[in-house]
Amino acid sequence: MPSGSPPETARLRSVARTAALWAAPLAFLALFYALPMAQVLRLSLARGTSLGAPFVEAFASPGVRGVLGFTFLQASLSTLLTLLLGLPGAYLLARYAFRGRSALLALTSVPFVMPTLVVGAAFQALLGPRGWVNLGLMALLGLSQPPIEFLNSLGAILLAHVFYNTTIVLRLVGDFWSHLDPRIEAAARTLGASRWQVLRRVTLPLLFPAIAAASLLVFLFDFTSFGVILILGGPRLATLEVEIYNQTVGLFNLPLAAALSILQLACTLAITVAYTRLAARISRPISLRPRRLTQQPLLGLRRRLAAGLLVGVLLALLVTPLVALAARSVTRLDPVRGQTAPTARGLTTDYYRELWVNRRESVFYVPPSTAVGVSLAYAAATVVLSLALGLPAAWALAYRPASTVSRLFDPLLLLPLGTSAVTLGLGFIVALNRPPFDLRASPVLVPLAHTLVALPFVVRSLTPALRSIRPRLRQAAAVLGAGPAQVVARIDLPLVGRALLVAAAFAFSISLGEFGATALIARPEFPTIPLMIYRFLSLPGALNYGQALALSTILMIVCAAAMLGIERLRIADVGEF
Amino acid sequence: MIRALLAASILMGMLTGCAPAPAAGPPPAATIPPFPSILTVMTHDSFSISAAVLAEFERTHNAKVQFVKAGDAGTMLNKAILAKGNPLADVLYGVDNTYLSRALREGILESYDSPLLADVPEEMRLDPENRALPIDYGDVCLNYDKAYFAERRLAPPNSLDDLAQPEYKGLLVVEDPSTSSTGLAFLIATVGVFGDPGYLGYWEALLANDVLIVSGWETAYNTEFSGSSGRGPRPVVVSYGSSPVFEMVYAATPPSEPPTAAVVDSDTCFRQIEFAGILVGTANRPLAEAWIDFMLSPTFQQDLPLQMYVFPVHPAAQLDPIFQKYYAVPDEPVSVSPQEIDANREAWIKAWREVVLR
Repeated sequence: MPSGSPPETARLRSVARTAALWAAPLAFLALFYALPMAQVLRLSLARGTSLGAPFVEAFASPGVRGVLGFTFLQASLSTLLTLLLGLPGAYLLARYAFRGRSALLALTSVPFVMPTLVVGAAFQALLGPRGWVNLGLMALLGLSQPPIEFLNSLGAILLAHVFYNTTIVLRLVGDFWSHLDPRIEAAARTLGASRWQVLRRVTLPLLFPAIAAASLLVFLFDFTSFGVILILGGPRLATLEVEIYNQTVGLFNLPLAAALSILQLACTLAITVAYTRLAARISRPISLRPRRLTQQPLLGLRRRLAAGLLVGVLLALLVTPLVALAARSVTRLDPVRGQTAPTARGLTTDYYRELWVNRRESVFYVPPSTAVGVSLAYAAATVVLSLALGLPAAWALAYRPASTVSRLFDPLLLLPLGTSAVTLGLGFIVALNRPPFDLRASPVLVPLAHTLVALPFVVRSLTPALRSIRPRLRQAAAVLGAGPAQVVARIDLPLVGRALLVAAAFAFSISLGEFGATALIARPEFPTIPLMIYRFLSLPGALNYGQALALSTILMIVCAAAMLGIERLRIADVGEF
Repeated sequence: MIRALLAASILMGMLTGCAPAPAAGPPPAATIPPFPSILTVMTHDSFSISAAVLAEFERTHNAKVQFVKAGDAGTMLNKAILAKGNPLADVLYGVDNTYLSRALREGILESYDSPLLADVPEEMRLDPENRALPIDYGDVCLNYDKAYFAERRLAPPNSLDDLAQPEYKGLLVVEDPSTSSTGLAFLIATVGVFGDPGYLGYWEALLANDVLIVSGWETAYNTEFSGSSGRGPRPVVVSYGSSPVFEMVYAATPPSEPPTAAVVDSDTCFRQIEFAGILVGTANRPLAEAWIDFMLSPTFQQDLPLQMYVFPVHPAAQLDPIFQKYYAVPDEPVSVSPQEIDANREAWIKAWREVVLR
């Protein structure tokens, strides 16, 4: 044994521990993220006339500057609106126990997994020129033209982003809030603070780590938005992500696409570095309380009315489009088209039954049960892998936030969220092409890609909870003779049980709904539910469209059921001993 | 004319069907290895094949065919180009004439003079070196909602010019050519009809006539078109000549006739020809050749229409009777050569975007 002064040994040990915690997540990122990205960017830039030329082209072009500006604008507005809806919702879910609370939480997480094409269709059915809202307004106000122009507008993009991402705020902030000790706020009130002062001076600062994490994740999702922008934004509105796709696939200008990818990565890095600096400065250990001690019943007419109103808004924005889809999947339509023909003609289960028929006798046909099974298997693999990699990373971040290693790697963990899917997809092709990693046609690639997206969510869900564990608790356990492993098993795990469930729910729903990367790497004989939905949507004919909607409804049910199931898992709650 | 071709080709089909397949006959039973060899075919998302037809190939050649679906046609081609030298597959299928020159210029395909090419009409064989072999074609045509025009006693459009006329204002939905291959085909059709830069003036007229541009075929057809079961607001859409037939095949409640029709007048449709080729660097050349021959054989060719809504290049392939009943054959598709497309594709899209984004 090398001899050294005790503090020296302790320091070395803690550095070694931090390094050990980071080893697996970093190895994963290096192999499945950094290597493919580096390869594809290198190959793409090598096709240009000179290394610098595409960068000059990108920065000199007013088009690219406009795209960059719009990307930031829509992401900022979307994040603000998502917080505006999500924070009151998180408060309601965190502080009050009421019937249907779990159902509300499950229902509001369904939008997150829905394919953008289907969501676009649902919004058009509600808000398009022949949608219910416009028809209603026209009848009400006696107008001859539909008053709302939804498609190809910034409003459509913002609405869809709120629809998709509110669940992130509800879950991340809501879960943290539900463990915040209400006695702190009560004390402030007793000391004479107004409600507003309590919110501003006590609650929001305490919540800040969770709000910042949720805002960051929502912002990055909106920043790299692709499907929503294409489908609802029209040709005039483009994000960097859309422009990268256009340059890659449409114009085959790979050097410029690479330059734009690097620009997008640089922006992401700047955002995440700013976030991690901020988060490290403001987070403090606070004692969390089990939810049953922080929640109160909804009493009093005013409170109930306010809660009812909020639930109504949440349902209207997040659930009505889903209900419209589900209703359409059981509606028989008149075969005669035209605008004066009555359309609905009763209920039918035709589309669901047709899912079991291989009408084309295609070799690629799979029954819906298989697609559900494949989706669940990929989702389960993603949950396991992202928790296995995310837990050590979150530990390192929570206990050694100031260590150089953690400060360096924390922002890197978030980079995949800011990465163009088409670029990374091509990267897999050029990098993972040699044994033992010739994974180009392997089904393993799917959960690997999903884990890249899920990892930041897992880490962000776990870190605030881990950070809130008072070091004294762990020290006490150590003093009482518990080894490091025992401290983890007896103190940390039970304390972050809830946060683990939140993390698992995120990983699960990210995998369940992922389409962009999955479409590029999944094996055709093992399609996920979203892939099957797109297959049906790409064919003409009422049965195909109906089947796409039927499968979308099945996807909603699978998601809601899984979320309810995860909610029900009996894991010891924070503070329960 | 297609009818005549079909009739004539039944005979030819019988002939070619009986002739021993040149390089691809089954090996003698004694030499069949215990494990089938694996052939990998890279293709786009829309690819489909009957289980029985595939089984026939696998049985004959003691092979297992693995398909890699690599995204839409453009993404697939990009992947193949980036994987050049260490190919993802043995065969590439699904590059069309709008992307053909990019594939040829990048040198990702090996020449293969399939004996079955002799049956394929000359106008389909766009690569004289036979690196890319034509397999099927489909026409991108305007589709309209028949009931809409009947209700209003309005004649459906029968030329591209009509779409810019006031009586068709606000009726048309098209796809963005920079994100959709259907949209690109329509853009090329407008270039073919109005010339360059005449097409830009035409698009200005379309914009003034309130054309709706969406990102992809799925949104245009399912969500915005009133003739589909999505019952959108617009009665004219850029889709395929075969789409009305599939409104019959996949009707929920079978109507007596298709609710939609394709505009098939001269100079309104653009013909997409899809090609297959052997990827440079394959270690499986003989089996890859056998697969290409198989794709050109009547068995596979006859399977195409109901699987992928495209039509066989082999004149001997017979179409399902439903096509004879409901399929309107486009008169004279707009013709633009692949060389011209290749030289100008990006410039056309860029100029189009400048007009549209203005």
